[in-house]
Amino acid sequence: MTTTSPDLARGADGATAPPRRTARSTASLQLREAVLPSLVALLVAAIVGDVLIVVFGQSPGAVYRLLLEGTWGNSYGFGQVLYKATTLTFTGLSIAFALRAGLFNIGAESQLAAGGFAAALVGLALPAGLPWIVMLPVYLAAAAAGGGIVGGVAGELKSRFGAHEVITTIMLNFIVLALLSYLTSAHLKVPETLHTSEIHSGALPRLADFIAAFHGSAANVDIVIAAFACGATWWYLFRTRRGFELRAVGLQPEAAEYGGVRPGRVWTRAMTISGAIAGLGGLNFVLGYKHYYEEGFAGGAGFLGIAVALVGGMHPLGVALAALLFATISQGGLAVNALVPKQFVEVLQAVVIIAVAVSVPEVRRLLRTQRRTD
Amino acid sequence: MTPSETAAIRLTDIYKQFGPVLANRGASLQVARGEIHALVGENGAGKSTLMRVLSGMYTPDSGRMEVADGSGVLRDITGWNTADAIRAGVGMVHQHFMLIPTLSVAENLMLGAELTKGGPLRMLDRARAVEEVGTLSERTGLRVNASQLVSQLSVGEAQRVEILKALYRGARILILDEPTAVLSPPEVAELWQVLRQMRERGETIVLITHKLDEVMSISDTVTVMRHGRTISRLRTADTTPQEIAREMVGRDVMLAGELRRDATAGEESWAVASSGEATPTAAQVSLGERTFPLPALELREVTVASARHAEAVRDVSFIVSPGEILGIAGVEGNGQTELIEAIAGLRHVRSGTVLLDHHDITNASVRARGDAGLSHIPEDRHLRGLVLDYTIADNLILGQQHRFARGGFFNSLDGERIAENARRQITAFDIRPNDPALPARALSGGNQQKIVVAREMGRDFRVLLAAQPTRGVDVGAIEFIHAQLREARAAGKAILLVSADLSEILALSDRIAVMYGGRFAVVMARREASEEVLGPYMTGAGRAA
Repeated sequence: MTTTSPDLARGADGATAPPRRTARSTASLQLREAVLPSLVALLVAAIVGDVLIVVFGQSPGAVYRLLLEGTWGNSYGFGQVLYKATTLTFTGLSIAFALRAGLFNIGAESQLAAGGFAAALVGLALPAGLPWIVMLPVYLAAAAAGGGIVGGVAGELKSRFGAHEVITTIMLNFIVLALLSYLTSAHLKVPETLHTSEIHSGALPRLADFIAAFHGSAANVDIVIAAFACGATWWYLFRTRRGFELRAVGLQPEAAEYGGVRPGRVWTRAMTISGAIAGLGGLNFVLGYKHYYEEGFAGGAGFLGIAVALVGGMHPLGVALAALLFATISQGGLAVNALVPKQFVEVLQAVVIIAVAVSVPEVRRLLRTQRRTD
Repeated sequence: MTPSETAAIRLTDIYKQFGPVLANRGASLQVARGEIHALVGENGAGKSTLMRVLSGMYTPDSGRMEVADGSGVLRDITGWNTADAIRAGVGMVHQHFMLIPTLSVAENLMLGAELTKGGPLRMLDRARAVEEVGTLSERTGLRVNASQLVSQLSVGEAQRVEILKALYRGARILILDEPTAVLSPPEVAELWQVLRQMRERGETIVLITHKLDEVMSISDTVTVMRHGRTISRLRTADTTPQEIAREMVGRDVMLAGELRRDATAGEESWAVASSGEATPTAAQVSLGERTFPLPALELREVTVASARHAEAVRDVSFIVSPGEILGIAGVEGNGQTELIEAIAGLRHVRSGTVLLDHHDITNASVRARGDAGLSHIPEDRHLRGLVLDYTIADNLILGQQHRFARGGFFNSLDGERIAENARRQITAFDIRPNDPALPARALSGGNQQKIVVAREMGRDFRVLLAAQPTRGVDVGAIEFIHAQLREARAAGKAILLVSADLSEILALSDRIAVMYGGRFAVVMARREASEEVLGPYMTGAGRAA
């Protein structure tokens, strides 16, 4: 009546220890898990894109070839991709950072604008002709402070009053953008334009200053700062005590609280840092491209950053890659305009986002309204 | 009696895999019609998976499933879905109730098969639903008020509603997943009575449990599972708790309390005996009666609010001395959770004082309490005790992360020390699998709990709050955790134990308090306590007596 399998005796299952994984391979595993589903989503998007192109009566091969030639195929186009990717990296990183703390920051748009505005204010006040490398820390601080304050307000409202960050950041978008618009148009703008007068100190060198082939594109050394921001964000999230606590709050606030973490403080801190990262993105336009603050320069990059963060699997490296992808699609839209309507690329972007939303487990978990406890 | 004639359920060679985890690997189950069949096994043995396969929630990867139809003929039902299962009369009562609190009992029962008055608007016919539920309730002996809101029900009543729901849908085969986890002894007795009545009517019951005294008192037949496989099928009358435990774990285990048949208390009544290796010795009991000059933990007239009650804990005062285990028994929801959380710093103390080694910690932060020597095994490891997506190594420093940081401006975590700590704890507490890089989510309940226990008891502490320390863990892990608690007591630690499992309280405590309605209904020495003595206090009847 009794059948006992001897191989299942206690000890047998513990006898063969699985190979020990090093911290390094764990990190690469994290990245693989974060990026692989996105690649699958891309494939899906490409197929949908094919169908759309055929509907427009064009050949997919020709359209994609043109898209690639206009972006990665020549140095001007590539420079433009890099320029756009720089802003998107900052906003994507900002949103990914907040998501790691369990917060949905919809306010990157206004945080980006506030960062750019703060940098422009500092630039207008500074004497002309100071070398950029000396001035850079001042600008970084100004841009981070501009975005950080806007983000921090939303964080503080949540931790103090329990106001949902999605609501407050959306509302702050209206408030901050309107305020900046008022300040610009009432006090700072050059007549007949929507921008401030030009900043004469601390402009970031263009990539064309080093590599002539980039001539004409807006790509500038801010891209180096973006890469550095990715590295710093990764290190903060995965290698520091604060990052450990922040991710714990994002995954299981009750467990974090049990572990001696005060979720309220983490929310304020995370939203401040998230806003600061978005604010830094403002330097790309203000110091790297036009050398003035212009109303509406953010141009939706704060919202597209949500897609960048999700497609990038909330991982800093994934965010950088996703920023390049969306920048490519965006720039490529201009290149293929002759063959398909420019809305084509917007549809393509949307398909990428939807495909990621349904295929990436972390995103699915995030977008679910109710969280399972078991 | 050939199996094919009387079998109500026959599952053969079921395989079910979730990602890398083989939950069922050749599991089988045979249940006769009109019997109460206990399905036992350690946590992660695959019991719940097998039952979810049977109830159509999961599709097996391979294997054959047969269930008897109305005329008793076995039908191949491999790969059916939940709707098929309900139609064929298989009903499952889950461990976590699946009721909608804002609806009435009758509304919950008709959900999915709503009675309407007909007509184009298909208005709900609530009156008829209430009537039908009333009739069913009367017929089955499951007493409920059909028009009452589910949110107003006690846990025992809610469970009755769950069973009624299954019967309302025409269940002839009822699966109950650990039904007694949330019940007080009188409620358990009532449940057994209901199940026996159902058996008399010829209905078939499968009971998932890992409480061996339940197996002995209620079941006719036992199936033991281990590591996703069916190990043995035993007739309850021909076996002993020791044999079942051995089958579950694969070796001899020491049970929390040796079971004996109490001849005077009537048929099939099992009580925890005061003899045996596991129960406190005379010396240990006397520890609780000695007066210690320095209580390690002291509460003075502590009142705590919860979301529902302004006074979830009312004026509770007690001390726990070094080398003592104070056990708090009681039906869940009588303030135990709030009490523990208030001591741990997770819940605001409205009035009163909490002293740790004579230092007032009433308003101290969680971290400050930890640094002062307070350890806490929380009641819900999935909610608080673990960050499930963190690795074993990271979970082993949760709450201690500030001790593993290098300090300075960057304050980075010291990976070397975290890894070293993980290796040490995994070995000392026998956490399996032993790969520190695995997420906690991937471990069985028992091993997850071992992470929590390792973290909280594997460091220097003075006072331990142990809330439901062995809930939902397997027999082997229970034995291990109990041994840890006894060792800590011997080492002079003060332990406050909260458990819904009376036998655990009786097996470990030096003094026992019963919590009812936010107060201590009674505090007594271990030697005065027994299940019979404590039972009335747990239901509030003790105070009148």
